[in-house]
Amino acid sequence: MDAHETAHETAHPTPGTYAKIGLFLFVLTALEVGLYEGTYGDHAGAFGASLQPFFVPLLLALSAIKFALVAMYYMHLKNDSKLFSGVFVFPIIIATVIILGLVVLQAYHWAFATGG
Amino acid sequence: MSEHALETSTGLDSRKLAIWTFIGSECLFFASLISNYLVHKGKSLVGPLPHETWTDPASGQVFEPIIEIPLVTVGTALLLFSSLFVVLALNGAQKGNRKQLIGWLGATLLCGMFFVGMQVYEFTHFVHKGLTLQRNLFGASFFVLTGFHGTHVTIGVIWLFTMFILALRGQLPAKRAVNLEIAALYWHFVDVVWIIIFPVVYLIK
Repeated sequence: MDAHETAHETAHPTPGTYAKIGLFLFVLTALEVGLYEGTYGDHAGAFGASLQPFFVPLLLALSAIKFALVAMYYMHLKNDSKLFSGVFVFPIIIATVIILGLVVLQAYHWAFATGG
Repeated sequence: MSEHALETSTGLDSRKLAIWTFIGSECLFFASLISNYLVHKGKSLVGPLPHETWTDPASGQVFEPIIEIPLVTVGTALLLFSSLFVVLALNGAQKGNRKQLIGWLGATLLCGMFFVGMQVYEFTHFVHKGLTLQRNLFGASFFVLTGFHGTHVTIGVIWLFTMFILALRGQLPAKRAVNLEIAALYWHFVDVVWIIIFPVVYLIK
């Protein structure tokens, strides 16, 4: 790696840190599927029904944590130049606004069209 | 090439800045596909449906829920592990440890190929169960979203395979590790896109 690169980048995490992150990501994925089974699975029961209002927010929170971990540690945004973070995060903000905007707009039109 | 990299106004490797810019544009591409899926979610007039049984009123044919969580969960876990494996391969490349590089890169490729195979199996299975691109809104938005993601994974597998060949030939020394880092960034990106697609498409009813 060149000197001008090293001036902007610090050391990447160790293999041990990568493995811990990998294990944590696996646990979070198991939690996501466990949450689905606990809420909507064949044996969900009354507890599953009580989880339903929190299901989507919890699932999205778990996904956001996984997304952030991969971006920060595996894609090295935590250590690399802030310019890379900006080039990645700015479109993500626009993407989130686009998704939320379209979903809200469509929901409004659907409610209007169906008289709901 | 890295050893002869030119000075840049940012002081950063231009190739890394280019891949990050490309990834940024890809975020918007997938945002449009995810939006398309979400705005059409639950609006299919005919089955098969993702989580519900549907009976055709004309023929009386029953279409069972089409999503199969266990298979996709295995694929998701392997894609996550492939992200771990590729950073371990990169770590090996940066240290000049050829054995570590080749071993973990090979494991990454196996995971990637399994994921693509899983998706091919899933698509074939869905078509046999009556879900096609033209069948309903779910079929159209599902196949477009996951199909484009699968195409990205396939491109990533091909890219990493070229890195694997270079590593086998001894043409990926520590001074050229940035070449693998760029391919790995693309690979992590297809992983983070799946981190969003998995709950949105498969888990949220």
